[in-house]
Amino acid sequence: MNLRTLVLGLAAVLMLGGTATAGTLDAVKKQGFIRCGVSDGQPGFSNPDAKGNWTGIDVDYCRAVATAIFNDPNKVRFVPVSFAERFTALQANQFEILSHNTTWTMDRDVAQGLEFIGVDFYDGQGFMVRKTLGVKSALQLDGATLCTQTGTTSELNAADFFRAHKLKYKILVYQKASEYIAAYDAGRCDAATTDRSGLAGDRLKLKDPNGSIILPDTISKEPLGPAVRQGDQQWGDLCRWVLFAMVNAEELGVSSKNVDAQLGSTSPEIRRLLGKEGAFGTKLGLTDDWAYRIIKKVGNYGEIFDRSVGMKTPLKMQRGLNALWNKGGIMYAPPIR
Amino acid sequence: MTPPVTAAPPTAFHRKRPVKKIGVLGWLHANLFSSLFNTVLTLLVLGLLVWAVPPILDWAFIDAVWHGTTREACETVGGACWPFIFQRFGQIVYGFYDEAARWRVDVVYVFGAVGLAWLMIPSLPRKGWVGAALLTLYPLVSFVLLSGGWFGLPVVSTEKWGGLLLTLVVAAVGIVASLPLGVLLALGRRSTLPVVRILSVVFIEVWRGVPMITVLFMASSMLPLFLPDGLELDKLVRALIAVALFNAAYMAEVIRGGLQALPRGQYEGAAALGFGYWQSTALIVLPQALRTVLPDIVNNMISMFKDTSLVSIIGFFDLLGVIQAGATDVDWTGPNTALTGYLFAGALYWVFCFSMSRYSASLERQLSQGDRR
Repeated sequence: MNLRTLVLGLAAVLMLGGTATAGTLDAVKKQGFIRCGVSDGQPGFSNPDAKGNWTGIDVDYCRAVATAIFNDPNKVRFVPVSFAERFTALQANQFEILSHNTTWTMDRDVAQGLEFIGVDFYDGQGFMVRKTLGVKSALQLDGATLCTQTGTTSELNAADFFRAHKLKYKILVYQKASEYIAAYDAGRCDAATTDRSGLAGDRLKLKDPNGSIILPDTISKEPLGPAVRQGDQQWGDLCRWVLFAMVNAEELGVSSKNVDAQLGSTSPEIRRLLGKEGAFGTKLGLTDDWAYRIIKKVGNYGEIFDRSVGMKTPLKMQRGLNALWNKGGIMYAPPIR
Repeated sequence: MTPPVTAAPPTAFHRKRPVKKIGVLGWLHANLFSSLFNTVLTLLVLGLLVWAVPPILDWAFIDAVWHGTTREACETVGGACWPFIFQRFGQIVYGFYDEAARWRVDVVYVFGAVGLAWLMIPSLPRKGWVGAALLTLYPLVSFVLLSGGWFGLPVVSTEKWGGLLLTLVVAAVGIVASLPLGVLLALGRRSTLPVVRILSVVFIEVWRGVPMITVLFMASSMLPLFLPDGLELDKLVRALIAVALFNAAYMAEVIRGGLQALPRGQYEGAAALGFGYWQSTALIVLPQALRTVLPDIVNNMISMFKDTSLVSIIGFFDLLGVIQAGATDVDWTGPNTALTGYLFAGALYWVFCFSMSRYSASLERQLSQGDRR
């Protein structure tokens, strides 16, 4: 039994002892801000910039929740937590939302007192190769040497992928992220492989970042999303629909730039999204213009993606799986009605 | 090897020319080339330096980038990326502390520096008062200034504290609190009262037996679960208490060493003079014991100072943490950014630790004046 299991077990026992978590929304309103547990430095997801402002997808999601409740994207206090303590800290009420590029897995959802409220980034293992290799797909990597990190599932995923496609490969496994990327940079392998979000950040550590590309293939499932404590349906619903509202807004073509003009739209879907019809915000314990405010002050899902990790950022990530369901991806939100 | 036998017995005229003992050549001969073994060692070390130092200097200064505003400036160059440090300097010194309120941190820095300098410069008077003020008034003033909320100062919540500020706060609290606690624990462990002794032993052994990381983790994540509802302790406060208690256990053992080194006669002499326990402890035992273990105490403090970087694992952005977070910012990540950051952090840590060690050396000289004639 390692330390983490022990601590989580203890936390779970204490939870059973009865930490009432209902009424999070009321507590948050009284508190005047939400607290959001984020990673302490993950490029494109949560990162303090030179001015100390937090940026990234994980961060913007929390800003959206804050905007839905307080009409102010700055009414959020970011609590950086390490990977090891993130779940315990959520249980210990150190914050109301964990937005920590956490993979949604069954064990975490069922056994660790977490409630995942959706997926804000479909991550998965990918490959990075030098442009000079002339490879366009991972299926062309027959006979390639791969560099990866130990302690992750990357090694296993790669083995499965290559075996399933009857391709030969060699793999070099390194202890640390800095080592595997240095080995790739030194030309010791043809491709580097780990989660795509990690590859995007690591690519920038190369001597010539523009000489390498990340192949479009994704060979494993790492759905990343925010989580809340189990046991408060109202809060879980609110957090879930904030995410859905941002995805729906992109699908309906409503962005921070045109949201005011869209207020006059005749489309029933847009009218419901923006609170012109129905009382959906009230049902969440908010005002009916909740989604309007999110879109106006934070943006729709596509805008957040583009400014955090998209092609115009140094990370240069393509939408891939994260494109909307009707644009070739799997990003999909239930309708507001 | 025996020298060849000479025909004539040595006289003044036949004696070998004496080895030159003064001047540069003399110094070289005496210190670097006095024997074959030393000569080989000297040449080896020289070779190692020639092999290692120029590339480091090349990387850090000559091939380095000095100007620029984003990572592009550093992208194609194989040297250190100093603009990253320049751009992030404010964050390295203050963390995310509100810019408008940074003067408050400056005031704390300046008072601290002046106070410490006062204590270190031998010719300045009234060291007792300055020291007392540093230990009592200064922490109060610093607390009020840094956290705000009094006298119309806006509150700066502790999540925003970071960088060097946080490192110094954690180190100072750890160092200042652990010494008196350590003294009490050490005395307690040597006490003849069973309850006091057992409690002290248990405290020391429990805290010493647990890794610092576990202690911090408990303080940051687990402690809030045990606290009664409504009692909310700031995360930084919890971490500070943990650091202080953890280091007190180590300090206690260091001081116990000093207490044990004291000859029995000192205790008996004090008793013979009619001193009670507290009198003999405060006037006879502790001054000598602390003087004996001063190098160890400072050793502990230096290692404590460096251990402060562990708070980054519970989500604080201390000096090292803020640099690491900065290096993962997409505006700056690059092959040399993180290395430059680490070099700079290392240099800063070194400056602080070396100053502590120098101060302790001078203190030792002053305190041991009675031993020298």
